[in-house]
Amino acid sequence: MSELKGSGQQTADAPTPEDAFHETATLDSREQTHAPGAAPDGPVLAADGTPLKRSLARALRMQKIRALALIAPLLIFVLLTFIAPIASMLFRSVENEIVSDTLPETVVVLNDWDSAGGAPLPESLFEAFYVDLFLAQEQKLHTRLGTRLNYEQTGMSSLFRKSGRQVGKFDTDKYTDQFTALDASWEDPASWVAMMDNKSNRTALPFTARSWDRWVAYLNTEGDDPAKEDIEDFLFTTLYLDLAKTGGKGASDARITAAGSAVGDFETVSLAEQFADAEKDWADPEIWRVIQTFSPKFTSGYYLNAIDMQKTPDGIEKRPENQQIYLMLFKRTMFMSLVITFSCIMLGYPVAWILANLPSRTANLLMILVLLPFWTSLLVRTSAWKVMLQQQGVINDTLVWLGLVADDARLVMINNQFGTIVAMTHILLPFMILPLYSVMQTIPPTYLRAAKSLGATNWTAFWRVYFPQSVPGIGAGSVLVFILAIGYYITPEIVGGNTGTFISNRIAFHISSSLNWGLGAALGTILLAVVMLLYWVYDKIVGIDNVKLG
Amino acid sequence: MPDATTSDAFVAFERVQKSYDGETLVVKDLNLSMPKGEFLTMLGPSGSGKTTCLMMLAGFETATHGEILLDGKPINNIPPHKRGIGMVFQNYALFPHMTVAENLAFPLEVRKIGKSEREEKVKRALDMVQMGAFGGRRPAQLSGGQQQRIALARALVFEPELVLMDEPLGALDKQLREHMQFEITRLAHDLGITTVYVTHDQTEALTMSDRVAVFDDGRIQQLDPPDILYESPQNSFVAQFIGENNTLEGVVKEISADSAVVQLDDGELIDCKPVNVSQVGERTKVSIRPERVEFNKDRLKEDAHLLKATVKEFIYMGDVFRTRLSVAGNDEFIIKSRNAPDQVRLKPGEQIEIGWLPQDCHALDA
Repeated sequence: MSELKGSGQQTADAPTPEDAFHETATLDSREQTHAPGAAPDGPVLAADGTPLKRSLARALRMQKIRALALIAPLLIFVLLTFIAPIASMLFRSVENEIVSDTLPETVVVLNDWDSAGGAPLPESLFEAFYVDLFLAQEQKLHTRLGTRLNYEQTGMSSLFRKSGRQVGKFDTDKYTDQFTALDASWEDPASWVAMMDNKSNRTALPFTARSWDRWVAYLNTEGDDPAKEDIEDFLFTTLYLDLAKTGGKGASDARITAAGSAVGDFETVSLAEQFADAEKDWADPEIWRVIQTFSPKFTSGYYLNAIDMQKTPDGIEKRPENQQIYLMLFKRTMFMSLVITFSCIMLGYPVAWILANLPSRTANLLMILVLLPFWTSLLVRTSAWKVMLQQQGVINDTLVWLGLVADDARLVMINNQFGTIVAMTHILLPFMILPLYSVMQTIPPTYLRAAKSLGATNWTAFWRVYFPQSVPGIGAGSVLVFILAIGYYITPEIVGGNTGTFISNRIAFHISSSLNWGLGAALGTILLAVVMLLYWVYDKIVGIDNVKLG
Repeated sequence: MPDATTSDAFVAFERVQKSYDGETLVVKDLNLSMPKGEFLTMLGPSGSGKTTCLMMLAGFETATHGEILLDGKPINNIPPHKRGIGMVFQNYALFPHMTVAENLAFPLEVRKIGKSEREEKVKRALDMVQMGAFGGRRPAQLSGGQQQRIALARALVFEPELVLMDEPLGALDKQLREHMQFEITRLAHDLGITTVYVTHDQTEALTMSDRVAVFDDGRIQQLDPPDILYESPQNSFVAQFIGENNTLEGVVKEISADSAVVQLDDGELIDCKPVNVSQVGERTKVSIRPERVEFNKDRLKEDAHLLKATVKEFIYMGDVFRTRLSVAGNDEFIIKSRNAPDQVRLKPGEQIEIGWLPQDCHALDA
């Protein structure tokens, strides 16, 4: 390699063998001598007495700033378009705020519910859930939450959708009627606004105050005036619940204390029964255990899902056999990428060899042929393989015509692994040939000649002398092809059928069809981690320094 | 002077021709024979065909016509790896992915020599080039001179009888080069190896070789030991190419077996020795070495022809003085005189008379 030789000549030439022997010794003694102006043991000083390190840093500072300014546009671009999306993807794969944001009251109650101990569902759970669900369906958030929980437990989506429709028709209007019968002013929203402004009223009615604030916040986003909108049943329900608990003690409003002493005689509504009547599933503790399991703001659920596990109220367990898909897809992606990389090496090495050993004019012409696929649309090339490989395609027709294959036993070469491997090897081949070619170009032909003059046969000369020097090219090509292959999407989608699809096809499905972005992000993150792990292993074994792209 | 006929020669080229494109001949009718143990240098300007000859001998190029014999056997159809010829390449071609010791062991390994014997031979070869302590290093960690030694050791480690060297010292600085020249000749003679050495550096050729073959235009112009080559060039190309040389042009006026008088173009007469002129009236180029020109009349014969010269420039070079004169219309006439205590230092503008012994002045082809 020419650069190696260059450095060799730059190192001090030894005029005599004695010098050659003592070269190291002289170097050592040179290191021990001190620069002029240095204290015998202290740091080296510049001419003006400042430490040399500091004056060097000062001299280089302007240069560094200028260099930084030059790369700033690219740096910002990379940060915005590369680092930021990856960070956002990493975040999405663990983020789970939707449950606690939509059901804040319910989550608090669920935290205290001992589900594993088999404790019954408390009435307070349904009271909290009633308020949460009512507000959620007003804001149309309950279907989204249903979709999210449906990833973990099928049926959640429809449960939430149906319950959302019914929650407004609950019998809680009984509370409304009883309060207005007690004092007609309860019906006036303006009086509620005034009441909820008072601090002692708020401390006397904590649940009502919290629910009122969420209600007001919702109305504000809708552009409605809380002083004019009718008071909904759920606010009377919370009012009743607060008064039943505290009796309204400490409230400055007389209306509250009056109602507080009256609620003891109120006809009550069991929200647990209301929910059970609406959808009997709500009486099932399993449903609540699922919500409880996924109530924290961050979850490992997506990752577990991505490796065919699931998070259940009873802990982490394997998914049922018929739902396991991702590990198999990861393995298949790895395996097929390796096969593709290997095929690229086998096909690309001889081509690169020929290119590197031809006169440059012919080599340039052939290089155009290698690059030609680059200039053709990926879709066109992939579709061309469909034409070639399908059962009524060119290859099958030819084989049948030649009589090698019976007409009723045409080969299946597309919509399976074989099709994907063939098409992707073809598409990724230039990424193998180009680095190989540029490395082989730097290997002077004299090495082969030298090996032969020393008595090596053509094969030995190639294998012992040429091949080891071309390994950096194989390394660079393999890293490129493998990393490109592992994330390939279009080609497996078109020619892969069921058995030839990659994990990336599944990621695309979750991002664009099922809209389970969390799972898509988790799968993507695992893929990223696997690539980085392989890169690290590769660095340990081959050494990234040995990879040369040109 | 070794004298070998084709039959008992160790290496022989017989009517060898080489063409790459089928239109021009790079090597035209090459005949050469070398006895065993000779150090022969192929010297010539680039493109003269000397490297092609070497490559044909090594087996990397095939002769278009003619026969190459090694130890009496034709080798035209033997592949390079079976010829058993050691070779040192211009850029050493040390395998960068192997250590020095592995490089040296390579030719022994492919010859299936056992491990202990291999190690013994590698060690001996390293000691031979005084690089015994460097076996574990990679070529890139060595200086140019050290790499050169290793390349030499590798070409010798499998004890070939013939070693080819293709401008092996081209990449070294002057001092190291001179040292290695001495080292290579010493090794070649000590080991009794037959060596073919290619260079375009005439000093290298003169100091190292038993015989030098001067190549030009695909032919050997002269094949002689260095002293004969220098002192009796057979044509004007050789005279020009080897060493420094003054040339004057003229017409043969008188000619006998070992002396001639030439009339220069401005009418003056000079004495010289006819080399390849044969008759009166023939045009000729006469060549005189700068150190053989005399301006002290006491050292010349009384009847010697003298030429008027004007001193143009005096250059002090330490061991010698180099004076540029204007002689017979030639402004580039150089004389060299030894820096002796009694030596005259000429001054620019001085008018002098110069002359020489007839045998030092060669009348060559025009």
